[in-house]
Amino acid sequence: MIAGTSYAEVMARRQDIMKSAVGIDYEKFRTGAIAFDYEAMMDEVGYTLEEVHAIQEETNVGHTPLVELRNITELVRRISDPGKGARIFVKDESANPSGSFKDRRASVSVYYAKAKGYPGVIAATSGNYGAAVASQAAKRGLQCIIVQETYDSRGLGQPEIIEKGRACEAYGAEVHQLTVGPELFYVFLRLLEETGFFNASLYTPFSVTGIETLGYEVGAETLRATGRYPDAVIVTHAGGGNVTGTARGLRKAGSRHTEVIAASVDLSGLHMASDTDFNKKSFTTGHTGFGIPFATWPDRADVPRNAARPLRYMDRYVTVTQGEVFYVTEMLAKLEGMERGPAGNTSLVAAIAIAREMDRDEVVVVQETEYTGAGKHPYAQLSFAREMGVEVRRGDPGDNVPGKRIVIPDHPSQIRVKELSLPEIRKSYIRNALAHAGGQALSEEDIRFLAKDTNSSVGFVETTIRELAQVV
Amino acid sequence: MARVHDGREGWVASVQGRAGRAGDSTRAYAGDYVQIHSVILRPGERAPQVPEDTQKVPLELRIKGFLDHDACLGDEVTITTVLGRKVAGRLVAVNPAYPHDFGRPVPELLHVGEELWRFLGVRGGGKGEAS
Repeated sequence: MIAGTSYAEVMARRQDIMKSAVGIDYEKFRTGAIAFDYEAMMDEVGYTLEEVHAIQEETNVGHTPLVELRNITELVRRISDPGKGARIFVKDESANPSGSFKDRRASVSVYYAKAKGYPGVIAATSGNYGAAVASQAAKRGLQCIIVQETYDSRGLGQPEIIEKGRACEAYGAEVHQLTVGPELFYVFLRLLEETGFFNASLYTPFSVTGIETLGYEVGAETLRATGRYPDAVIVTHAGGGNVTGTARGLRKAGSRHTEVIAASVDLSGLHMASDTDFNKKSFTTGHTGFGIPFATWPDRADVPRNAARPLRYMDRYVTVTQGEVFYVTEMLAKLEGMERGPAGNTSLVAAIAIAREMDRDEVVVVQETEYTGAGKHPYAQLSFAREMGVEVRRGDPGDNVPGKRIVIPDHPSQIRVKELSLPEIRKSYIRNALAHAGGQALSEEDIRFLAKDTNSSVGFVETTIRELAQVV
Repeated sequence: MARVHDGREGWVASVQGRAGRAGDSTRAYAGDYVQIHSVILRPGERAPQVPEDTQKVPLELRIKGFLDHDACLGDEVTITTVLGRKVAGRLVAVNPAYPHDFGRPVPELLHVGEELWRFLGVRGGGKGEAS
């Protein structure tokens, strides 16, 4: 290979590297300066729901239990106004082979990679997705490389990430552990070039259609268990795939009026590429550091067009605090006998707050749990936070300060959500889209695309563009 | 095996434990399972969008595999990974431990279960505040 390997040289080749590493011609779906035919991409590149079910059954993914949280529901009713307090269910996704819903995403990518003759798969992830790809690759006999952002410059890693690295190694993956920085992508590209492996990106149509079965199961199983579709489904939101795939699956199950609520852990103020901030957060995903950037510009992903487009599907976006998540993780263990990983309980926090607003005969579903273990546990993560100089105490979670103070609520009535403004997020998205168009004139098709991609209207997009022009 | 832990829940990656063969703990032998370290980008070569604190430090890589030849800690070596790929770097650890664990119980969480059951009026000495 004669091509240069400097940062600038490799980044300049990124489009070509990506194209051969995912085997998708994204150009053919382009319909304007910004616009592309999203549904055509999902239909042509992805698989049908039936095909995904079949692929997942081959590797024992999905069909996880839908569990009613009776004691937590009762607790919520005790802190709600008369007649309020919806029934809370959780989809126990920790029952998947590697312990999280990420197996659904990995299953389809790995199936595709095998079918297309790639010798192996690579994924860039510090989260559960690494273990999922490694596990699915093991089941299908493919080689697997995981690239993780693991350490700060002192060589210190959060226990949760160390555990995820261990899990990847347990499933036979070669694990590249990097220090903090977005140049992880450069290492990733070099590995794709060197190995010719498939890029098991979180953001291809394969990955997102893999989650549609989760939304479908949530819709169908809730209907069977309660006689109604879920009134609300809470989805932990980071890169957008979970929201997108779940919402699409719910629709395919016939659940057309379910409110899809995205929830992220509030890490505002912490810089995701900062060496010093890196170990001051207790959550490695499901937080606003991914949730907001990916909602306001999904195409920042490692593929040209992101199949995860969360603004199309979220009806509401809320944040919760780290301390509330640890508290609710303890609650789930003690009241329901389910010990699960903290990060996966982000949406359960939101469900407890939101169930209080809902009527007793309504149903709210938390669509995931994740496995727990050494490192991925409130004790391990809070002990580490303390070591990093973060204060941990009981009190009002409103006093939470990301990176400085984690507040474990004194009482369940203190659990609440903070609403993020979707109109503002839509405007940010449109601002980013215009910046990426680089001054090219927008066609009517582009405007219609922006309206769809933000789940707003042509009028909203046009007004926003006029407002932004005035600001400049 | 010397399990080296810095007292934190995290793993200090450069510390090393020595498994297997007795003797000089700074020696490693062909075939040992080891961890190597390399600098991918030096300060000054980092991406322009990286914040100031990260600009000042290198982008480093750690990876594990089987040592291709006898060496001492700190030597430049090559390894063969579990996938059979050759990777070069500085030898930093031999058979490194996974020192992450469940940690110590966190006092702020220890009473949560009891509080919640008492609130539900089910346990904790009879009637709870809500009943």
